[in-house]
Parts: sequence; structure tokens; C-alpha cells
Amino acid sequence: MATNGKLSAKDYKTDQEVRWCPGCGDYAILAALQSFMPELEVPKEKIVFVSGIGCAARFPYYMETYGMHSIHGRAPAIATGLATSRPDLSVWVVTGDGDSLSIGGNHLIHALRRNVNIKILMFNNEIYGLTKGQYSPTSPLGTRTKSTPMGSLDWPFNPLSLAIGAEASFVARAIDTDRAHLTQTLRAAAAHRGSSFVEIFQNCNIYNDGAFDFVREDKENRIYLEHGKPIRFGAEGKKGVRQRTDGSVELVDVTDESELLVHNAHHVEPSAAFALSRLTQSTANATPIGIFRDVERPVYDDLMAQQIATAHAEQAGDIGALLQAGDTWTI
Amino acid sequence: MASKPVEQLDSVVIRFAGDSGDGMQLTGGRFTSETALIGNDLATYPDFPAEIRAPAGSLPGVSGFQLHFADHDILTPGDQPNVLVAMNPAALKTNLNDLPPSGILVVDKDAFTDRNLTKAGYGGNPIEDGTLESYEVHAIPLTSMTIEALKDIEGITKREAERAKNMFALGLMSWLYGRPTEGTIAFLESKFARRPEIAAANVKAFQTGYAFGETTEAFAVQYEVKPATMKPGLYRNITGNQALAYGLIAASVKSGLPLFLGAYPITPASSVLEELARHKNFGVRTFQAEDEIAAVGAALGASFGGSLGVSTSSGPGIVLKQETIGLGITLELPLVIVDVQRAGPSTGMPTKPEQADLLGVMFGRNSESPVPVIAAATPSDCFDAALEAARIAVKYRTPVFLLSDAYLANGSEPWLLPDVDAIPPIEPGFAEANGEDFQPYRRDEQTLARPWAIPGTPGLEHRIGGLEKQDVTGNVSYDPDNHDLMVRLRAQKVAGIAQDIPELEVDDPDGAEMLVLSWGGTYGSVAAAVRRVRGAGKKVAHAHLRYLNPFPRNTGEILRAYDKVLVPEINLGQLQKLVRAEFLVDATGFNLVRGIPFRAGEVADAIGAMVDS
Ligand SMILES: Cc1ncc(C[n+]2csc(CCOP(=O)(O)OP(=O)(O)O)c2C)c(N)n1
Ligand code: SF4
Ligand SMILES: [Mg+2]
Repeated sequence: MATNGKLSAKDYKTDQEVRWCPGCGDYAILAALQSFMPELEVPKEKIVFVSGIGCAARFPYYMETYGMHSIHGRAPAIATGLATSRPDLSVWVVTGDGDSLSIGGNHLIHALRRNVNIKILMFNNEIYGLTKGQYSPTSPLGTRTKSTPMGSLDWPFNPLSLAIGAEASFVARAIDTDRAHLTQTLRAAAAHRGSSFVEIFQNCNIYNDGAFDFVREDKENRIYLEHGKPIRFGAEGKKGVRQRTDGSVELVDVTDESELLVHNAHHVEPSAAFALSRLTQSTANATPIGIFRDVERPVYDDLMAQQIATAHAEQAGDIGALLQAGDTWTI
Repeated sequence: MASKPVEQLDSVVIRFAGDSGDGMQLTGGRFTSETALIGNDLATYPDFPAEIRAPAGSLPGVSGFQLHFADHDILTPGDQPNVLVAMNPAALKTNLNDLPPSGILVVDKDAFTDRNLTKAGYGGNPIEDGTLESYEVHAIPLTSMTIEALKDIEGITKREAERAKNMFALGLMSWLYGRPTEGTIAFLESKFARRPEIAAANVKAFQTGYAFGETTEAFAVQYEVKPATMKPGLYRNITGNQALAYGLIAASVKSGLPLFLGAYPITPASSVLEELARHKNFGVRTFQAEDEIAAVGAALGASFGGSLGVSTSSGPGIVLKQETIGLGITLELPLVIVDVQRAGPSTGMPTKPEQADLLGVMFGRNSESPVPVIAAATPSDCFDAALEAARIAVKYRTPVFLLSDAYLANGSEPWLLPDVDAIPPIEPGFAEANGEDFQPYRRDEQTLARPWAIPGTPGLEHRIGGLEKQDVTGNVSYDPDNHDLMVRLRAQKVAGIAQDIPELEVDDPDGAEMLVLSWGGTYGSVAAAVRRVRGAGKKVAHAHLRYLNPFPRNTGEILRAYDKVLVPEINLGQLQKLVRAEFLVDATGFNLVRGIPFRAGEVADAIGAMVDS
């Protein structure tokens, strides 16, 4: 029986017991996705969730769609094959910060540059949850974990800077507990044709509790980005973001709104989006939330489909003719 | 002009050797086409360096092409050339050892300059110092004669004229063996259609070389090799990688499954990717991935979506794919992984053949992870082997390894074109909702294959993954007995394929006491060796395995029927280990791991010695 858009969140719940720790941020994200799915207006059977390994990656087991819980780091590659061969599907990748930025870093950047039509949701908890609490490539320098008792030594990735640098055509950030905004971001990510990269701040209350309290708890530090509007935030929008002459951005107390950077998510050049991605807890104790970048670019799967259509139109494949092409002789 | 006496030969092995820039592969390829048209049976073996252009005149830069042609059916490109064409001192130095005494040696005298001699490590000039005494030497000024012949052709530089010297050599050899010239002339005209003056120069050089053979006193006789009696039908010449690519396309056509190839360039597998990329009109999707892990991952993703997912590579890349193949095993999805083996370990010798990945593909993954393994026997057999790998993958919902090697990949032979209509269809048998509850791991009773329910099928939404699954439901399960059951089911499914593949055939006309058991790309050399041993009046049986996992169901019975079993392999005894472990037979190995195919002669010696022992 084909399904239609008139479904509700519960139609996307599976009969499997959800096994995240009580209080984990993953629950909120799952709930947001399950209630957003009906809105997609894509029949359930045409939706596929592909994940790697990690706590976040258990996600597909809980979504009543097609799904594959694959191997560590490889979901973007697997999803690339699926999306490229099946342009009719809505393909989602759920991944963690370790999954996507350590072991799977290569696949992530290449999927983004190709602009494969997949929606990548990266649950960033700045920790390896499933393996019980080692630091991750997004943990700040000096993070003390079981594997780094004296503090981590490696400089972290800024996931959005990385995605923008990797030529991503859609880059956004959301927070697990901010359901309304998360849903809005998912909506935009789904509507974008090509790769969408959404970083979701996700609290791991067991191994890295409070990592994002500066924005999860303190809403005034959320710099909500709205396309076409001057970037203001804080109590009554008293603070804003101004672009320096060197292209970087800084936070200011607003006196003259015309001084502020007007957010343009559709700018072909990624420079301003990149500058915004540099506003982090450590650099600004505030960080932008929302869509940094949303531009149109040729989509890998579409281009491949076009080449196939062109080749087919020129001459449909005929296996007998193929074998006989070139020099043949009869005995 | 009075024509020279013609001497009949039943077979000839000719080797063209020169600098990588001398066009030896092209020369060999053209001689092959001319030979095919005459109707000789033939086998070729190009042997080229991994470096694209090693320094000109250097030993590592030597590129060779060997061709064996005959008036009867032959199995190998030949152990030793009867004729060696060496375009420079380096080519002479690296190839001379293979030329038997009184073999014909044609050298380009002009290339034996002090500089080139030094580069090749010669103290003196071998043409003059007696080094070549035991051969029939024809030291011909190929370069200067070519330049002289082309002096009236306008619009070409001296360098371009000089570069046509390979066509002079081809012309001369074409005369010597009475090859037809029309095909080569037409080929050159079309290849250089955009530069007619270059086309003209090459044609002229080719014709001049031919005419030189007719008139020079250096060659007293011309040779003739009559057509071979071959099965009637339409033939073409084909390399292993081309046949493999065609086999995959045929499997796609016969199954109705779109072909998805994930690959990352690697010698000697790249030409499969390149060949398939030219056939998008069959709906073929080729994905050049960021690495081998992504390549096989994408192929598996495509399989999940209902494509025929294939990933091609060679040893170093295969190792990277193993984790994903393990996932494919537990997901129980069709997937074909092609390993065009090359000499290792590590980067090894990228352009050279070896058979040393067998145990790696059998066992090189974590845990109990059985995979069917098929190995192609000859260049043209790569077509059938690819079709068969796809059939098994689809029918049993499993990754399948297809083994080839650098020799099969680049080597060529005449191929009697199959009747494509007679190739049986491959039924994907996708699952569809039928009102019953859908269970992703409910198996077919006969094949033990699970349903293949692809996204887009309403009502069959389900999740699969790398965690152990409960029998039937596919839900995550850590139950000890369930795991034991699943491990056994996966093993039984693969083992059961033995019922679905042909029995092992033994070639034993005389009732021998000794069996030679070969596999993969050594088929030709071993079969040729067996013929020689029989020719010497000894009895020996030969069986060749195309299926390495599972083995054909009668393998044990056959092995146990002989007192002595010899397993020749280009590794240190991998099949030997498998058959010993599986069948408790005292198999002996014959192993040479030099990065070159076996010579039939050395295998024959080993067989002969064992027959006598
Ligand atoms: C090849 C491989 N290496 C290591 C692991 C172990 N492993 C599982 S999950 C994980 C890290 C997960 O971290 P992250 O992606 O941040 O996900 P989270 O659990 O935090 O959601 C590691 C190292 C594995 N499963 N496979
Ligand atoms: S370990 Fe952390 S991320 Fe994993 S389920 Fe528990 S709370 Fe969530
Ligand atoms: Mg994490």
C-alpha cells in the first residue's frame, strides 16, 4: 500500500526499544525528525536513513523507513551509491562527530564537494559516546577524557568551517532541544537539492554533559541567522555581528543597524559564511544558529543521470553489437 | 621482383621490445590484429613498466609485447621468443636472456650509441664485440632508414619522422611472416586522421619496412604460419579486462539490474573502470571514488537500492575494502568485488602478475565471513567469470570475489563470440509485499538466500545493519545461540553454492596416477605443460579450478583418486594449503613468485620429475 503525506510522527516509530541513555540529546532529535517526516510528503518507502557507527548512528533502527546501520565513517560513501543510483529516493545520513570527522572525514568532504543529493545530519557531542568517552576531533584543545588524562593535544575541527571549505552547498546548525528551529532547519535541508550538512549540537549527558550549555541554556548567546536580515542577537537584539574590512566578523553592541552584516545565505562566495562559522564558544562565547549557506550547484546524481540519458539517446546499449565492435573475423 | 623462398612454421613467438616511448604496445597490437585476421590462434602478453616514461634509454623504461601465433590451438604467449626485436641497447639487455641460441634478433643499429650503451650498462657495443655471436643477428639502421624514407613528406619534424621507426619494424616483421598490411594502413589513417602528414609518414615507414624485407639480402627466407583450425564462428581478439567489463555489462543486461561500478584507479584494474565508463548507454554508472573504501561502500549502497553493485581493484585496494565486504556479508546483499591481482606485498610490482591474494580474499576479514570466490582462467574467460560472479551474487544475496591478474588483464587471445541470446537470464527476484508479515531474514529454503527488498517497495520498510541480527526478523540480537546459528547459516549458504556450480572436470586421457591441480590465470601455462609431458610419453591428469569457494562438490573425490597431486601456483602454496586442509590430501606445491607468468617448460619439468618420482 503506497503511503501519502497524511501520516503522523507515530507512523515513523519502529517497534524497537530506543536504547540511548536517559536524558541523551539524541531523543529530542529523533522526536523532531519523526514529527517532521510527514511534512516531507515523500512516501515512507522512498525514505532511507543510512548511518555509520556510534550512539548517533543507531538512529535508523528507530525510524520506520528503509534504513542501513553500516560501518564506522562510511555512511556518506554508501549513501552516495544509493542516492546516485536511485534519484527517486530521499536519502538521509545520520552521523556523529567521530564518525564523520575522524574515520569518515574523507568521505564527508568528498560527498560535500560532489554535491550528492543526501542530507547529512551530524550529531556533534564533542565526544566519542559509544566507545565510552574518549575525546573526538571536535573536542576543544585540552579536553580531559579517559584517553587524554592530561588533556587532548590536537586542535579541533570546526565542522562548519570544514564543510564550507569542502564546497558544501548547504550548511546549517541547530540545537537538539530547540525543536522549532531544528524542524525549520530540517525543512530547508530537505528542500535543498544537493548535499545538505546540518550540525546539531547534541548533549551527551553521560560523557560530556553541558558541552553546549553556553547556547543550550543561555539562549542569549544564540545568534539566529535569517537570510536578508542584519544579524542581531542577545536580549532585545542589542548585540550584532559586524564584518571587518579583512572579511572576518566580530560581535558589537548595536548602535547603528546599518553597520551590521546582512546575512546572505545564497551568496555564491562562501567567505561571509566562513567568517560566521568562526564565531564559536571559544572565540565569541556565542555562535550562529541557522542556515549559513544555501546555494545552488550542479548535483552529482543529476549530472550522472543526464550523461546516461544522453548516451542512451545517442545509441541504446545493445550487447550483441558491443561484443562485435572492432576487428572481427569469421572462421 | 623474384620472391624469396617461403618456409612453413607451425608456431612463432615474437617479442617487440623498446623504450616506453617507442610505441611497442601499439606495434604489438597491430601485429596481433594482422595475425588474427589470418586466422592463426594466438596469445599475447604485454609487459610494461609501472613508470609512465622512465628516463629514455634506461633499463626500467623498457616496454615489451610478446605474441605467440600458430597453426594449431595454443594456450600461452610462449615461454621464449623465436624472434626478438630490440629497439635500443636497454631493450636488448633486459630481453636477450630470454632468446634461445640461434634465435632471430633484429636490432636498431642506430640506437646503439655510446650514450645509450652506457645507460644500458654495456661496456662495449654488443653488436660488434661478439656478445651476440650465437644468434641470427640483423643489425639494421632502422632510425636512419626511416628518416631517409620520410624525407619527402612535408610538414613533419625530424623527431616525428624518427618516431615512425616502430612502423618500419612492424612492416619488416609483417613481411617476414607474411601478414596482411591493409588493416594496419587503414588503422594508421584513422588514428592520425587529424594529422594526415603523420598518418602518411607512418604508412610510408610501414611500407618501407615491408619492402626492405622483400629486397634485402639479410633475410633469405620468408615464413608462413597457416591458419589454425578453430571452431567456426565469429571471432575477435580480447584482453581480460575488456572481457571482464563486457561480462559485467552482460550481467546487467541479463538481470535487468542497472550496473553500478565503484572504483578507485589502480594498476592493473583501472582499465575495467575506463572501459565501463564508455558504456553509459547501457545505463552503467561508474563512480570514481575518493578511495577504495568509498568505492566499495558506494557499490554496496547501490546494491541496497537494487543495482548490481560492483567494485574493482587490485591487492592494496582490496585490503581497504575488506571491512565493507564484511558488512555486505552480514547484510546479505549482492556485490561483486574484482581483484585483478598484482605482485605484492604492499605496492610490490604493480604491473606484474601474481596469485597471492587467494587466502586474503578467503580469510582476510574479521570473524567468520565466508565469500564465494571465482577465478578467471584465460583472458576471454573473464567474460564468463564475471557473468557467473554476478549470477551467484544476485541469487545468493552475497558479496562474491572475482579473481583475475595482471597477466589475464592485459593479455589477449581470440574469442569466439558467445550467442548473447543463449546466455540465461539472472532473476533478481525482488521482494514485494504480499499481505504476509515481511521478515528481512526469512530465508529461501533451498538457497538460504534472504529477500532483497529494495527501498521504494511499499510496505517492506525495514532496517538492516552490521550488528548481529536475529534469525528471521533481522532485529538486533546479542543472543548467544542466535549468533551461533547465524554464523552457521551464513557459512551454509555459501557452502551450498557447490550444488549450483559445475563439477570439476579432469582431463585424464591415459588413466594417470598423478594429477596437476591449477587455478586462475595459470591455466594456459599449466595446460601447455601437461601437453608437453604427455608428448614425452608420460601420463598426467589435469584439473583446473574456476571456483575456489566453495570448491566444486566432487573436488575431494577427484583429489583422492590420484596418488600424487601437484599444485602449481604463483604464490607460496595458497591453494595447496586449502586443499590440504579441506581434503586431507598430500598435495605438493610448485611455486615461483617472480611477477611473471609460468613458462610452460618449467611447469612441464616439474610435472615430469614428479611423474617419475
Ligand atoms: C573500524 C572501527 N573502528 C572503531 C570503532 C569503534 N567506535 C565505535 S563508535 C566510535 C566513535 C563514535 O563517536 P561519534 O561518531 O562521535 O558518535 P557518538 O557515539 O558520540 O554518537 C568508535 C571509535 C568501530 N566501530 N569501527
Ligand atoms: S553515551 Fe552519550 S551520546 Fe551515547 S547515548 Fe549515552 S548520552 Fe547519548
Ligand atoms: Mg560523538
